[in-house]
Amino acid sequence: MHFIDGDQAACEGALAAGCRFVAGYPITPSTEVVERFASRIPLIGGLFIQMEDEIASSIAIQGAAWAGQKVMTVTSGPGLSLMMEHVGFAAITETPCVFVDVQRGGPSTGLPTLPAQGDMMQVKWGSHGDYEPIALSPNSPQECFDLMLRAFNLAEVYRVPVFFMMDEVVGHMTERVVIPEASALEVTERRWTSKPPGQYRPYEASGDLVPDLVKAGDGYRVHITGLTHDEKAYPDMEPAAQQKLVARLVGKIRENRERLVEVREDHLEDAEVVLVSFGITSRVAGPAIEAARQRGVKVGHLRLVITWPFPAARLRQLAERARAFVVPELNMGQMVLEVERAVAGKTPVLSVPHAGGTVHEPEAILARILEAAR
Amino acid sequence: MNTEPENALLAYLRQDRLPHIWCPGCGIGTTLNCFVRALRGSGLNLDQVAVVSGIGCTGRVAGYLKLDSFHTTHGRAIPFATGLKLANPRLKVVVYSGDGDLFAIGGNHFIHAARRNMDLMVICVNNFTYGMTGGQAAPTTPIGATQTTMPYGNFEDPFNLPFLADACGAVYVARWTVYHVRQLARAMKEGLAKKGFVFIEALSPCPTLYCRRNRLGDGVEQLKYYKAKSITKNGADTKEAGLSFQGDIIVGKFLERERPTWLEAMDKHYASVFGAKYKPWGAAYAKD
Repeated sequence: MHFIDGDQAACEGALAAGCRFVAGYPITPSTEVVERFASRIPLIGGLFIQMEDEIASSIAIQGAAWAGQKVMTVTSGPGLSLMMEHVGFAAITETPCVFVDVQRGGPSTGLPTLPAQGDMMQVKWGSHGDYEPIALSPNSPQECFDLMLRAFNLAEVYRVPVFFMMDEVVGHMTERVVIPEASALEVTERRWTSKPPGQYRPYEASGDLVPDLVKAGDGYRVHITGLTHDEKAYPDMEPAAQQKLVARLVGKIRENRERLVEVREDHLEDAEVVLVSFGITSRVAGPAIEAARQRGVKVGHLRLVITWPFPAARLRQLAERARAFVVPELNMGQMVLEVERAVAGKTPVLSVPHAGGTVHEPEAILARILEAAR
Repeated sequence: MNTEPENALLAYLRQDRLPHIWCPGCGIGTTLNCFVRALRGSGLNLDQVAVVSGIGCTGRVAGYLKLDSFHTTHGRAIPFATGLKLANPRLKVVVYSGDGDLFAIGGNHFIHAARRNMDLMVICVNNFTYGMTGGQAAPTTPIGATQTTMPYGNFEDPFNLPFLADACGAVYVARWTVYHVRQLARAMKEGLAKKGFVFIEALSPCPTLYCRRNRLGDGVEQLKYYKAKSITKNGADTKEAGLSFQGDIIVGKFLERERPTWLEAMDKHYASVFGAKYKPWGAAYAKD
């Protein structure tokens, strides 16, 4: 058992997952993650390099991934913006990697030391072209450990960029964190091909649409490119090749969506009002929900643990009997758009926007719940 | 070398990807020929050699070599190669890209990799222009040369690449042209054997864009210019190696020196700090 903050717990989660290669660039409020990694690594074997910028960090980890390592980089808003081209490179080359984003107020330099949840749509859409990322939203230091392990496992299973969407409060909040024995942890190893060189085709996918991997130095002599490519990984500029590749890149997440989504549900059985939240806002919403229930309002809580892919089917189901949805988030209304899309006009959706810098006042959330219940 | 059958080099290429995309008279293929000869003479296990390219005409080199090869994003071949090399220190990692890719968009990565003495060999094919996008001005375009984005002639000072590499700490710096095929192949072979940040500049004609816009004739005409105006000065002060429009070209092996690589410096430092408790990163690979 440990008493550590979310940034430190996230680092421990990455180590537990088998991550031994981190490249990063200092940026508040995320730097503690790599500071801990840099201090731990000489004694456990591994490598940290502070690159010249976030652009370099986000591609250095991918070079390391192709040498067989489990990798991550850690950043916050401005750095994440710089990394976007390499999110796309990870998506099209199907390089397993984890991007940790300790969110702060934006746009631009914004509020370096203060929280926000304003990057939720950026990680979904920020790199050009079509792709489907995975994103997780921890709400405590314990989850920074537990879900980080999951983030690495998902990167291995689906070969997509996985975003770990912390925020300044979760990153700097110190709480009890239980770290189990290594033997008790479920760690997913890389899907190495069983085929010999000559027979292996880098982007030949089986039923789950995810191809098996090799690494540089093993004699496969692979060519990997950010250009649209065929199963051999050779560039192919034909529209048919583009259709086939991109359909598989998005399909491997979309077709596995129901297996991937994860929510925590509370009091939803009889809920007339459904509060949808994620990350730190899910904890701020707690007292508001309690207060509303004390006043006799049947309000339930659906927390998004995995934010991308979005659990649209579950939301649609709840919309059948709920009278309204309330969506507080530390941005001016991002995930609320997904809720609206899911319920498709069947039920009113009330946003509780907040530009960040601090968390919501529970009273502001309560007021919206009461409004929704009227 | 003259007597060897030409097709011996094809074994190093992905023949199913030929013909290549380069224009007639372009020098990139010549540099690739030199590189393959260097590889053949290097004694390296080719399963342990990886090539990383950025974007542009030279960026396509990675796609033709039958090695582990990576065609990355524009300007970022060096940081990708850094991750690849550090994650598996047994690999010999070569960055093979163009002047715009390495020194405009990728300039920051070049200076830091050289400063760190990252164990990479960087080959820059310098054709003074952006070929893939249609002949725009590059950070290497000589003053006075016309480019589509400098339609009345370039007025920006270009980089002197060997001087830049020298100043940033490269341990091997050479420049040749594609006229100097033997010297270029020899430099590449030496570079493959050298530990640390190696920089080789290869001047190459771009007949379709740079030469045509500047009325310099075809690729052969440029080779004649390289032959006439090149001055071999091994050990030359890199400060003196700046290039001007169709002026003299100082070529040669400018410097070779010893510096600990980034990994060597890290291992040595942590061993001194932690003693026997240090778990060296390279150890897992050193055993094989």
